[in-house]
Amino acid sequence: MSEPASRRPPAFTAPRIDMSHGAGGKATHKLIEGLFLPALDNPLLAPLADAALLPFGDARLALTTDAFVVHPLVFPGGSIGELAVNGTINDLAVSGARPLALSVALIIEEGLETPVLRREIEAMARAARCANVSIATGDTKVVERGKGDGLYVITTGVGIADPTLSLSATGIRPGDKILCSGTLGDHGIAILMARGNLELEADVLSDTRPLTPLVAALRDAAGPHLRFMRDPTRGGVATVLNELARDSGCGIALWEAQLPVREVVQGACEILGLDPLYVANEGKLLAVVADDGAEAALAALRGVPGGEEAALIGEVRAEPAGMVLMHTQFGGTRMIDMLIGDPLPRIC
Amino acid sequence: MRYVDEFRNADLARAVAAKIAALADGNRHYKIMEVCGGHTHTIYRHGIKDLLPPQVELVHGPGCPVCVLPMGRVDDGIAIAERPEVIFTCFGDMLRVPGSKGTLLEVKAEGADIRLVYSPLDALRIARENPDRDVVFYAIGFETTAPSTALTLQRAKREGIANFFVFCNHVTIVPPIRALLDSPDLRLDAFIGPGHVSTVIGCRPYAFLPNDYGKPVVVAGFEPLDIIQAILMLLQQLADGRCEVENQYNRVVPWEGSLPSLRCLAEVFELRPYFEWRGLGFIAQSGLKLASAYADFDAELRYQVEGVRVADPKACQCGEVLKGVLKPAECKVFGTACTPEHPLGALMVSSEGACAAYHNFGRKALPMAAGAGR
Amino acid sequence: MCLAIPGRIVEIVDADLQLAKAEVGGVRRNINIGLVDSDDERIAPGDWVLIHVGFALSKVDEAEALATLKTLEEIGDAYQQELDELHASRIE
Repeated sequence: MSEPASRRPPAFTAPRIDMSHGAGGKATHKLIEGLFLPALDNPLLAPLADAALLPFGDARLALTTDAFVVHPLVFPGGSIGELAVNGTINDLAVSGARPLALSVALIIEEGLETPVLRREIEAMARAARCANVSIATGDTKVVERGKGDGLYVITTGVGIADPTLSLSATGIRPGDKILCSGTLGDHGIAILMARGNLELEADVLSDTRPLTPLVAALRDAAGPHLRFMRDPTRGGVATVLNELARDSGCGIALWEAQLPVREVVQGACEILGLDPLYVANEGKLLAVVADDGAEAALAALRGVPGGEEAALIGEVRAEPAGMVLMHTQFGGTRMIDMLIGDPLPRIC
Repeated sequence: MRYVDEFRNADLARAVAAKIAALADGNRHYKIMEVCGGHTHTIYRHGIKDLLPPQVELVHGPGCPVCVLPMGRVDDGIAIAERPEVIFTCFGDMLRVPGSKGTLLEVKAEGADIRLVYSPLDALRIARENPDRDVVFYAIGFETTAPSTALTLQRAKREGIANFFVFCNHVTIVPPIRALLDSPDLRLDAFIGPGHVSTVIGCRPYAFLPNDYGKPVVVAGFEPLDIIQAILMLLQQLADGRCEVENQYNRVVPWEGSLPSLRCLAEVFELRPYFEWRGLGFIAQSGLKLASAYADFDAELRYQVEGVRVADPKACQCGEVLKGVLKPAECKVFGTACTPEHPLGALMVSSEGACAAYHNFGRKALPMAAGAGR
Repeated sequence: MCLAIPGRIVEIVDADLQLAKAEVGGVRRNINIGLVDSDDERIAPGDWVLIHVGFALSKVDEAEALATLKTLEEIGDAYQQELDELHASRIE
């Protein structure tokens, strides 16, 4: 297995922040690695994982934070409240940590109707109860009309790292299998439809859910074979796998025929010229499992609600080092590059 | 999905590929150009090249309406978008194309009201909903897309909408193909004809390829089986010593084209005497502008667009890649100074541009310099 | 320029505005059928059209589609036959 290519963080030179910097792809990475990392510069931040692992006596605490700026606030399958709670719980879960508690900060735009706010608080409470986690503290600010898109939610989560799990990108090996817990692109397409300006109608629901039961099943079935987990949120599966390939120095191969995608999501992507591999998910898990444990892991995922459509989508290889290759359903191959900015509908 | 999945069948692909390999003369090197950027995208997306024998080479043509817009024209669009009274509507394809001072996405970050639309009718709706603003639609595309713009303008005229304008950058497919064939540094054996343009213009316009240049052409669809069947049909023509226009995409392309589409094009547009193409220079009768009956909707007239010519950056070799003379990887700045994140030229921006397609789908190794281009 | 997808007409929404609802793999959108609808040949639910930027560009001819697939399958059968013959000849 080759060494990860040594990386000089690229200098961040853009004079302004634009939408591509928030999409989770290359532009976001440039911002983080070129501006934030050099300034904040500390070993806890450096791994840039979903959660930071902090030594705490004999144990390790996991700390993660997430900001939710979704529009519209309510969409088929969920709303910003449960998205926020699930999102942070999931960052902890895929880092191999048991969530202890959450904090919630709200930035409310002047004029937001109280029933809307109440609905979100109740959604958050429900999501937290469902995941067996408490929202222990919070903060509230109100900004002037026009400065807040309704409601922004920032959640922070603390958890205890499971000492039996050793998860990291550098732990993956050629021959390991890549599992995905279900269908690609549901959340991103649901949001795109809900925005209304593309005038598409379809029954697509966001897949937002807490991943803790899936993670628990995976951990129990795979044990030491479990090498790595991440939830493919913005930027999609393609972004996570590119990060994994880059950080590990390994190559990753996917089989297009194995990718689970709902017909209706495929339809929306074909109309708009989008690729489900780059579309956000909010209730899916990507896992790298050593070959010996892969079958049991897959069966375990399929036995959990939310994991019925889990699939073995690829494997780790030595080549092409640092890159993601896909075997197309047509019989050829193509590279899967990292997203640059937001996936944009196209006509060409 | 019907009419899509059946044409992505891998078993049928293997069979057709085997036949291509059997038909291809071992002592001959075939250079086949797919004119249309949509075909370039399909070829890369499905990895079609992996199914072809080594002596069959696919050369990417200039049929990417985003890629062929010269930088000055992109600047003109940006200048309109920056006007405070304008709501600027465009397709997603245009947002990241670099002008000389930036992209539409960057201009949006600076405060311009730029909105993505899926259809020109959406832009018209925005005009109805915002009567106190100018709504400009950035029209791009070949003959495939022009009828949609035309129909939208006819509707706008019928309804008497006074705040809707079109910045017209529609181009036609035949002139650049001729320009390529007249170019001395090119050698091509056959053409894969643009499938969706042909639903509008039909197959007759390609007769000049066999008649004047002795090159066979097969009009092809956009699923991978369509393209591979078209390649088979071209090799069959070359093996038989035939040279003609054939229609592989006859489930959608009528030989005579679409009379309603051609009629509305004739009513709404007229040909510019010449239009500048990135990398190909000025080509006569290759661009559309609004006919005088639709002058009230013409953004170029309303905003007195300057039309300044801007040369490509010195390092840019987009022109040669567009002509198929250079492969993307052979361009000096490919993957180093020019990447999809910071593109020097439009071929790296548009998802169907040869360079972006190759960079995103076709590269099989990391760029040479470690850490470069990140 | 080239991104167009086959869709099935499910409903004529407004005959005057030439608006129909089309479905692609379960996704529905209103599209303009002005370029394919005519007095001689009215578009009706069940028809398949090629959709590009919210317009129907052309009708999909089902018979031609089946014919194209049949040609491709015949190539496939011939190939399979050759493979079988090759395999059979090896056994000797």
